[in-house]
Amino acid sequence: MSETTTEREVMEYDVIIVGAGPAGLACAIRLKQLKPDLMVAVIEKSAEVGAHILSGAVIEPEPLDELLPGWKDNPPPVCIPVVDDEIAFLTASSKRRLPTPPQQRNHGNIIVSLGALCAWLAPQAEDLGVDIFPGYAAAGIHYLPDGAVGGVIIGDMGVDRDGKPKDTYMQGIEIHAPLTILAEGCRGHLSKELISRFKLDADSDPQAYGIGIKELWQVAPGKCKTGLVNHSIGWPLDTKTYGGSFIYHMDKDRVAVGFVCALDYSDPEFSPFEAFQQFKHHPSIKPLFEGGEILSGGARTIIEGGAQSLPRVEMPGALLIGDAAGLLNLPKIKGTHQAIRSGMLAASHIAEKGNGKGFDEALRASPIMKELHKVRNIRPGFNKGLWRGLITAGIETVTAGKLPRTLKNHADYSSLSKLKDLKPVERHWVKRDLAPRDRLASVYFAATDHDEDQLVHLQILEPDVCITKCGEEYGHPCTRFCPASVYEIVEDADSAAGERLQINAANCVHCKTCDIKDPYQIINWVTPEGGSGPNYQNL
Amino acid sequence: MKILVGIKRVVDYNVRIRVKSDGSGVDTDGVKMSINPFDEIALEEALRIREAGLAEEVIVVSLGGNECQQQLRTGLAMGADRAIQVDTSENLQPLTIARTFLKVIEKEQPGLVLLGKQAIDGDNSQTAQMLAALWDRPQATFASGLNLSGDTATVVREVDAGLETIEVDLPAVVSVDLRLNEPRFVKLPDIMKAKRKPLDVISLGDLGVTSENDLEISHYTPPPARDKGHMVEDTAQLVAELKSRGLV
Repeated sequence: MSETTTEREVMEYDVIIVGAGPAGLACAIRLKQLKPDLMVAVIEKSAEVGAHILSGAVIEPEPLDELLPGWKDNPPPVCIPVVDDEIAFLTASSKRRLPTPPQQRNHGNIIVSLGALCAWLAPQAEDLGVDIFPGYAAAGIHYLPDGAVGGVIIGDMGVDRDGKPKDTYMQGIEIHAPLTILAEGCRGHLSKELISRFKLDADSDPQAYGIGIKELWQVAPGKCKTGLVNHSIGWPLDTKTYGGSFIYHMDKDRVAVGFVCALDYSDPEFSPFEAFQQFKHHPSIKPLFEGGEILSGGARTIIEGGAQSLPRVEMPGALLIGDAAGLLNLPKIKGTHQAIRSGMLAASHIAEKGNGKGFDEALRASPIMKELHKVRNIRPGFNKGLWRGLITAGIETVTAGKLPRTLKNHADYSSLSKLKDLKPVERHWVKRDLAPRDRLASVYFAATDHDEDQLVHLQILEPDVCITKCGEEYGHPCTRFCPASVYEIVEDADSAAGERLQINAANCVHCKTCDIKDPYQIINWVTPEGGSGPNYQNL
Repeated sequence: MKILVGIKRVVDYNVRIRVKSDGSGVDTDGVKMSINPFDEIALEEALRIREAGLAEEVIVVSLGGNECQQQLRTGLAMGADRAIQVDTSENLQPLTIARTFLKVIEKEQPGLVLLGKQAIDGDNSQTAQMLAALWDRPQATFASGLNLSGDTATVVREVDAGLETIEVDLPAVVSVDLRLNEPRFVKLPDIMKAKRKPLDVISLGDLGVTSENDLEISHYTPPPARDKGHMVEDTAQLVAELKSRGLV
């Protein structure tokens, strides 16, 4: 925020929703269905609804049936019934089919582009009278004198790199409402502020995250098997790192490919982006993409902590829903159905009670939480490596989570090994030739755009730590975990160390990995000017 | 005085353009669409003229299906007073667009018509010139400066030789260049106000325009992909490589 002190213009609503993802839009739609007179606004930082949404995505359609009966007569632009499931274990040179675990049986589910799905939901919300404001970033929380949340502050536009107003300066307004609903998705920056301010996570485990990197490809004719869903575990990850791949065969020769990697990996030299690119070059995978063309790509973190990491989702004047709360079901690798359901639950709770009080209890008593409780031990089971994890997953699946134990999650930033303790890992990585060549080429496919002359939205709280301590202890992992090459160590004759950290903020794809994985927790991701960021197409 | 501003809905300048595999056009599926950046500059200039008290009304006009109402609404949110959508599902060429603008001009009698110097999709840079000829009024193209005084406009034009300053009598057609101004951000409450501003829809037929496309587009092809780079060890090898390819 800039330092101007003039009174901000104010708009009033009954409910403000931050984030036009599946949770926020479902909540807005259900609110207007139940209480047509409520004034509901949705604030979205991307230039268009869906442009910052990146997901697999195979989704369970039931919550959509509930939200919009008859939606199948007017389906979203990408909507392909799953025909077949395959899961495989990869080594550097081989592939072995595994039995499909029950959570990953996708019969009856649909392959969608979640971005396109949100872009399809938005006009339906608008038809019900919801005001959606894409291109405006909720940059801060408006607090009431008693400390409760009273709305949001929209970020100023036209502020230069040094925080000075430019000719185009426009002060952001305040939007006031008795209830603010945070639907920012994984690691929302306002949600992060509120979780800390209201100590919402005091009784829960640290949150656990993963990073998902995805590309959409147009493959050579005849290679796309519409409706086929492929997953893999194993190579290119070592057995200590949790993660895997997905390949979803869509229509019109389009194939979505992606890789998810838990952010509690320990090797500071590991690059999730490189792992994804390596995966595409596995001998059993590469032929699918040869002769094809990459259409778009991007990255987004995924919330993986589940039941034991779920913070309280209620505070004075505000609620958390969807992945801003952390409702993704990891063994299913699905969060959309949970997001939609939580949005609807919040809406009916508000419609019934007139406010958000008691929502935390309502959520914990709901099927949303039952689903998370059942699978709560699977993610922490992998803290001890792939093999122990698979055994735990097997046991927990057979017993449906009924064993009286809850394994703990640990904080992802604390899991990196120091360079001096690092044992070299042989990853059997290959020389690559499929697009994109590197992370900069990849950013091009995210169509990300930031006005370069604006405040750097990646705040380094203690810049000295980067060059000295982090360089020695971890060798600058930010230059590797960031999938968009935002962080770069460059030579600098003027500094004592001869080098400095350069932040290429304009490359940022808003995935939030840095905010999560930085071992000193000194990177703070704040929102840039509204409308900045990636322009994802059908991701 | 009224100012008429033309607005075209185009693929956003940030989007990576992809030609459809059958060569029938550019893929716009799930693609971000925006106001043509030059048109946005034209609108910004019109708003500044009105704010300076030299015009009373700014009207934005677009030709297209209902989807172009999105761009017209953005224009209204920026500050235009009203909008006109000339409804057509056809992909019109500059001459037809100029004829259509002429019909709107006959109806609205503007004192100034501001257009972008070209649209970033077709890159034709023809509509403004054709319109001025059809209307039989002066034209000033590629404006990077614009000053109104009484019945004349002083226009600074960006030409190959540098900057050229000309004077034209109003009404006139001015097409604007990149450096004329930097368009404003839209204030959030203005989006709400824009929803209540008038947006008239007239069909192309009702304006009495028939779309006769003089050009037939046979197909589109993407530019050839660049060949992969080849790393050389040292200057000697570079020279040898260049020689062997007959380049030096």
